[in-house]
Amino acid sequence: MITKEDVEHISWLASIKIEDEEKDEFVEQFNSILEYFHQLDEVDTDGVEPTYRVVDLANIFREDVARKSLSQEEALKNAPRRENGYFKSPRIV
Amino acid sequence: MLLELKASLRSASAEEYLCRLFEKIEKSSLNAFTTLAREKAIEQARQFDKNPGQGLMAGVPIAIKACISTIGIETNCSSRILRGYVPPYDAHVVERLKAEGAIIMGKTNMDEFAMGSSTETSAFGPTKNPWDQTCVPGGSSGGSAACVAGGEAPCALGSDTGGSVRCPASFCGIVGLKPTYGLVSRFGLVAYANSLEQIGPLTHTVEDTALLMEIIAGHDWRDTTSAEKGSYLAGLKGDVRGLKIGIPKEYFGEGVNTEVEKAVWDAVSVLENLGAKWQEVSLPHTRYALAAYYVIAMSEASSNLARFDGLRYGLRQLGEDEDWHTTFSEIRAKGFGPEVKKRILLGTYALSAGYYGRYYLKALKVRTLIKEDFQRAFKDVDLLASPTMPIPAFKIGERINDPLSLYMADVFTVPINLAGVPAVSVPCGFAGRLPIGLQLMGPHFGEATVLRAAHAFEAATPFHERTPEVV
Amino acid sequence: MDNVIIGLEIHVQLNRLQSKMFCGCSTAYQNSEPNTHTCPVCLGLPGSLPVLNRKAVECGIKVGLALNCTIEEETLFYRKNYYYPDLPKGFQISQYDFPLATKGHIMILGDDGAERDIRINRAHMEEDPGRLVHAGTIDKAKYTMVDYNRCGMPLLEVVTEPDLCSPKEARTFLDKLKSILEYLDVFDGSLEGSMRVDANISLKGGDRAEVKNISGFKGVEKALSYEITRQKNLQRRNIKVVQETRHFDELRSITVSIRSKVGAHDYRYYPESDLVTLHIASWVPGIRATLPELPDTKRERFVKQYALADDHAKSLTSDIKLANFYEAVVAKAAPKLAAVWIADVLKGELNYRNLGIDEFRPEHMVDIVQMLEQKKITEDGAVEIIRSILDKKGGSPEEIVKSMGLGKAGDDAVQKAVREAVAESPAAVADYKAGSERALNFIVGLVMKKTRGKASPGEVHDLVKSEVEKC
Ligand SMILES: [Mg+2]
Ligand SMILES: [Zn+2]
Repeated sequence: MITKEDVEHISWLASIKIEDEEKDEFVEQFNSILEYFHQLDEVDTDGVEPTYRVVDLANIFREDVARKSLSQEEALKNAPRRENGYFKSPRIV
Repeated sequence: MLLELKASLRSASAEEYLCRLFEKIEKSSLNAFTTLAREKAIEQARQFDKNPGQGLMAGVPIAIKACISTIGIETNCSSRILRGYVPPYDAHVVERLKAEGAIIMGKTNMDEFAMGSSTETSAFGPTKNPWDQTCVPGGSSGGSAACVAGGEAPCALGSDTGGSVRCPASFCGIVGLKPTYGLVSRFGLVAYANSLEQIGPLTHTVEDTALLMEIIAGHDWRDTTSAEKGSYLAGLKGDVRGLKIGIPKEYFGEGVNTEVEKAVWDAVSVLENLGAKWQEVSLPHTRYALAAYYVIAMSEASSNLARFDGLRYGLRQLGEDEDWHTTFSEIRAKGFGPEVKKRILLGTYALSAGYYGRYYLKALKVRTLIKEDFQRAFKDVDLLASPTMPIPAFKIGERINDPLSLYMADVFTVPINLAGVPAVSVPCGFAGRLPIGLQLMGPHFGEATVLRAAHAFEAATPFHERTPEVV
Repeated sequence: MDNVIIGLEIHVQLNRLQSKMFCGCSTAYQNSEPNTHTCPVCLGLPGSLPVLNRKAVECGIKVGLALNCTIEEETLFYRKNYYYPDLPKGFQISQYDFPLATKGHIMILGDDGAERDIRINRAHMEEDPGRLVHAGTIDKAKYTMVDYNRCGMPLLEVVTEPDLCSPKEARTFLDKLKSILEYLDVFDGSLEGSMRVDANISLKGGDRAEVKNISGFKGVEKALSYEITRQKNLQRRNIKVVQETRHFDELRSITVSIRSKVGAHDYRYYPESDLVTLHIASWVPGIRATLPELPDTKRERFVKQYALADDHAKSLTSDIKLANFYEAVVAKAAPKLAAVWIADVLKGELNYRNLGIDEFRPEHMVDIVQMLEQKKITEDGAVEIIRSILDKKGGSPEEIVKSMGLGKAGDDAVQKAVREAVAESPAAVADYKAGSERALNFIVGLVMKKTRGKASPGEVHDLVKSEVEKC
């Protein structure tokens, strides 16, 4: 069972603020979905390898060649806040 | 249809044709588009009228789903958090289309970040089904399907993570293909669940889908999972004599609308009359596909959507910034809709310490079993046939507050993404006014066979000829 | 400091590569305007995908082998999920299980004067985050500026076991590591921020603190010393050291706690499915064959081949450029004399001026050593020549000798001066005869004055002695 504290912790990890009044609803919805997920427990997967990628591929590379970058203007064009060629972020602590 | 359109544009005016489409869109109540690239498109059509060029799509307009990057055209994934984001680069598929002379009309509405099967989670409001505007068009590529079915664009691209091309194709009565994982480069496709999704065409006919695949498929060095293309148009008109079609028994019966089930069995008879043979097969792990799919998709989404924080692009609310964590948490809370938040949060939980093995790893193991189900079946048969969706389009608002019932609608489409095989949805009948889709699935890189069978079925049936009366 | 336990995680930029880890942006971003070396991939724009730089993997294997590691048969990339403004995707592509190289060791000279192996836990590949510029200090800044030029630089993270016992040993280890990396031609340590260190420090029996992101070798010693003092002070006051992450503030030379939530470090590692698996064990023999002679081997060879003292051999082989310089010189000059002049004199003069060996031409050193051998210049003269060249006063050693009048005085002139000096110093001669050996020094001084230092004091002493004895 997922608890209100779990929801708060996930919200912190996922960097998505959850208002107090939303928490109970999330707890309820998450538990019903997780309960549905638990039907996976019925499947015997002993000795089964996980599939990370459906098509089996290995060793694909690019060569070490420098290509043209975006201009500073292109890089910053979508930034809501910028200053002197930098992206402007809120303070760290 | 596209080939005829292309030919006709040479004698008529591409500009006039395009302007008629834009007029129709402007009067339309379907809400199929989030962004129109009217000026750019008309300028391109003018150029075409002066000098038609030789491209496979020369002068032909196309609508692109809002999660596929287009240089200079807003690509917002129907999300508040990406409102105003204009990519400085084109997706591989867009580059390919432009190289063949296609004209990008604009970007189509979708479930926010492709998370949904009804296009109701869009921050721009729901798209409506052209056959019945009180119904959903399916999703998540609902805008792409609705604009094609509604006559607002001759063809479109969508993306399919768990059925997002095939579901709206089915609900809107058109053709939609989910290619083999890796056949179409994902470079430029905004990731929702990157191990599952592919870009695919939405068109009126199977031939149009084959034509678009000729253009968008193939290796791209920028997507290391991308593969070489095959040939899709050349063998399209061959017959289906002797083709072995498997009917997965788990895809029929309980939960499937009776009209849908009847239409699909009728379709099997049509193929049988054309010389194909059918047999029952079993995909025993089908019942676990939905849970496995949602665990994997949500987990990957939690990581793929971590980049949206309003620093480099997108939403950043006004007012004083707090520390970055508080600020970004608030931006993300305001920028994402409820379904997206739910999936990110659950995905974060499924990957977190102590739960990884129980959810994510377990789902990946079940995925292996599902993939093996398909591999086993394709030893005996060439194709599989099933309903695309267990039901016809449902009413707008009917399921949106009951996530599990909404997820259940994907029951026949998600196994295909888990296995990475190709599948097409073609119109195979109507339930009242609402279209029904037949899903044909093939083995990895079996697109040519899938499309050949779909084409033979289409040629023998009238369903693709009906068009909705859109007001 | 026998109760100090230090383990290091060293982030090494593979900055001899032309392009970044997963995109084609140039690695030559130093001294560039911010955000001029980015593209959709390293800016983490929606829809972009990583493509691995083959040569970065080759460099990684080279380093792994040089650190005596095992190169794993199968190696994988993972996503390390965490939020920070310098991380544009909200995750870092790194390695977790199945890193490139594991279980190695390198030898250093410990504080106790004995050489010992420091164990390497692993070396793995990852991408560098961007660079944050705080308006003021990290804990006081009102906002932070972000430059993504560095973002996506190919990094190798080398993780040691906690085998180091003092800040000085940590420094010695880093010097050795830098030396090996430069021998391999994968790294240029002269570039700012090219090697950054996270250090785990504890006092025996106490919890450890992690000090993050220390740039520069002097910084490491300072940060570690500060941190040890801090922990010792806590211990003395019976306060428990909390396990936490601290940031080294270079300006103030202190470490500050980065406020962090309990359980915050849950990176939710999972395999990056946008990149394929690597099977690169088969590359190992080929790469091993191209490995250059490494510092320890070269040092042994120098001792044998040139009959050098171990100290000199060690000093000369600590830096590949210096070693190459030495070998260029000994091709034409006496090995032992060259070793003394390069290791003891030139190196010191360079360090004093903060210059590299590139600033001095081997031909010039050949000239200097040859002139010394032929007794054309004195040792003081040789030092003058070196200083003059480094201070950019122009000219070859020969020219400097002429222009500065550094040529050793001819024997006739010296002998003449000796005779004169003896004649002018009857009192000293008398003292010497009376048994005062030191009385000769007065006469030697007089000769040196007359020859303006161009004579060698040792030789003059001998000449004076024989002249006095003739009296
Ligand atoms: Mg690291
Ligand atoms: Zn780049």
